[in-house]
Amino acid sequence: MRRVKGNKKGFLQTLKEYRVAYVYIAPFYILFAIFGLFPMIAGLFLSFFRWDGLGQMHFLGLGNYINLFKDTLFWKALSNTLVIGIIAHIPILLGGLVLAYILNSKLVKGQNIFKTIYFMPMVTSAVAITIIFQNLFGFNYGIINYFVSLLGEAPINWLGGDGKLIKVAVIVMFAWKWVGWNMVIYLAGMQGISNDIYEAAEIDGASHSKIVFSIVIPLLKPIILFTLIQSSIGMFNLFTEPFILTNSNWGGGPNNGGLTLMTYLLSKAPQGGNAYGYASSIAYVITFMVIIISVVLNKVMEEKDTVKRKGGK
Amino acid sequence: MVKLLLVITVVAVLLVIISFLSPIGKKVSLYVVLGLIALIMLLPFFMMFVMATLKTNEIYSFPPIMWFGSNLGENFKNMVAAVNFPRSFLNSVIVTCSHVILVLFFCSIGGYAFSVYDFPGRNKLFAILLATMMIPATAGIIPWFIMMSKFGWVNDFKALIIPSCANAFGIFWMRQYCQNNVPKSLMEAARIDGCSEWTIFFRVIAPILKPAYASLGIMQFVNMWNEFMQALIILRKEKLYTLPLMLRSMVSDRGTDYGAVMLASTCAVLPLLICFLSASKFFMDGLTAGAVKE
Repeated sequence: MRRVKGNKKGFLQTLKEYRVAYVYIAPFYILFAIFGLFPMIAGLFLSFFRWDGLGQMHFLGLGNYINLFKDTLFWKALSNTLVIGIIAHIPILLGGLVLAYILNSKLVKGQNIFKTIYFMPMVTSAVAITIIFQNLFGFNYGIINYFVSLLGEAPINWLGGDGKLIKVAVIVMFAWKWVGWNMVIYLAGMQGISNDIYEAAEIDGASHSKIVFSIVIPLLKPIILFTLIQSSIGMFNLFTEPFILTNSNWGGGPNNGGLTLMTYLLSKAPQGGNAYGYASSIAYVITFMVIIISVVLNKVMEEKDTVKRKGGK
Repeated sequence: MVKLLLVITVVAVLLVIISFLSPIGKKVSLYVVLGLIALIMLLPFFMMFVMATLKTNEIYSFPPIMWFGSNLGENFKNMVAAVNFPRSFLNSVIVTCSHVILVLFFCSIGGYAFSVYDFPGRNKLFAILLATMMIPATAGIIPWFIMMSKFGWVNDFKALIIPSCANAFGIFWMRQYCQNNVPKSLMEAARIDGCSEWTIFFRVIAPILKPAYASLGIMQFVNMWNEFMQALIILRKEKLYTLPLMLRSMVSDRGTDYGAVMLASTCAVLPLLICFLSASKFFMDGLTAGAVKE
């Protein structure tokens, strides 16, 4: 604005001239440096040490990471997290897309009512939701076993037994909670697609599945990618639901069936345990996996894009 | 399990057949699908309200009772005896409101500065800000906690309120809004009138930003109101419990008084739920803001 190009000014003078702007943006950089950047670097540093939080720090090199790979509980937590995350993505992705497509078609009315109902879980405390589901999944009294009994089956011990079915309960909750969020985002994306495109396709005699796969999904790709990355981050941070479902058990309930990476990390430190270095190495493994997933998803989406374009030519 | 799957398949096949028979059949089957899913979404909420009015032995009965009982008063007494609900509610209000106010303030001045001032290093600084959004916060969680205890912020609301109060997403969001809605001529005019930069922001710009304040505010409010993990590791004293921590303290292996818990959950969830139902479009726009408008 007031700056003239080619007229070199001193650093202090520029600082003075744009003082207001620098003051306005400073809080973010200061807070990020203290509460974001510093802990991140310190976390990497700490992951190479053994430290109980008080005494001397012992340098271990990659020791924590090597121990982690030998730690059966870590593998259990990792596989639980991945199983829950990957299976739960099927209903929230497909369900979200199908529901959005139905609501976007002119066949049904009351779009806003359905949208509102499907979105309700997103404004509700995860703790409250989990407590309700804990009751619904109850062995001798829960409503879900009531439906099971209507089908003539014996009641299922969802939250107890050998602990395997805790994951099913978490998946159900995860899907129940996120399907509406995905649906609302996909619907907004679909409404952004011009009606002319749909009409042209319908005139050309394209079926609904054809429209979905060749028009809607390719156009929604950036949005789908966004929701996928968001929910994968959500998957690795999965903690509240299994934790409350197992009555605040840091081991994840019977046979560690509900132990997730985040629960395991927090159980090492600062909750109960004091293996700060070890916990930091778990945190870095989680971070690393989140980054890998984001990069892979980006790559996969890009590749499909280029293949299609080449095929088109 | 097999029977369950069988029933679902049969219903699905029937719906598909009906939908091919006639356009009306198609419409009906779509409504059936939407309605069934809506019922599944509503059932847990409904059961929460129902159980808040039932006696413990009614809750544990089989088949489950699915209509309101008469034990609301008793459950209320048990809830009051078990936890300090008003205190937890107040704690949640304090934490959430102060966090939201700070976020709105810092993010709007930051986003505004990035959008209207052409200061040296602007693009580089903004690129850094965007890059920080890519990094998962989990990486630093352990040192973050150690820092909080060194600051003496364990058992202190500051640990929840301050660290994320100038967040990258909020600044990014505010900058987008300013770029589309704040005309530069407005600032020039105010400057000529002799307003200081500070006055320009508060008198002229802030009123224009109201819609952006609303969506960012809703997003931050909902997230902080329901925040559990950070609160769990920071707030360890019972009198500091926010609502999610209070609810958690009512559930245990030694037997949960579901009547009282469900009543407490209802009281904790209902205010936000009512706000959502009365302005659902607003909420959905706010909460999905980051996804749709890139």
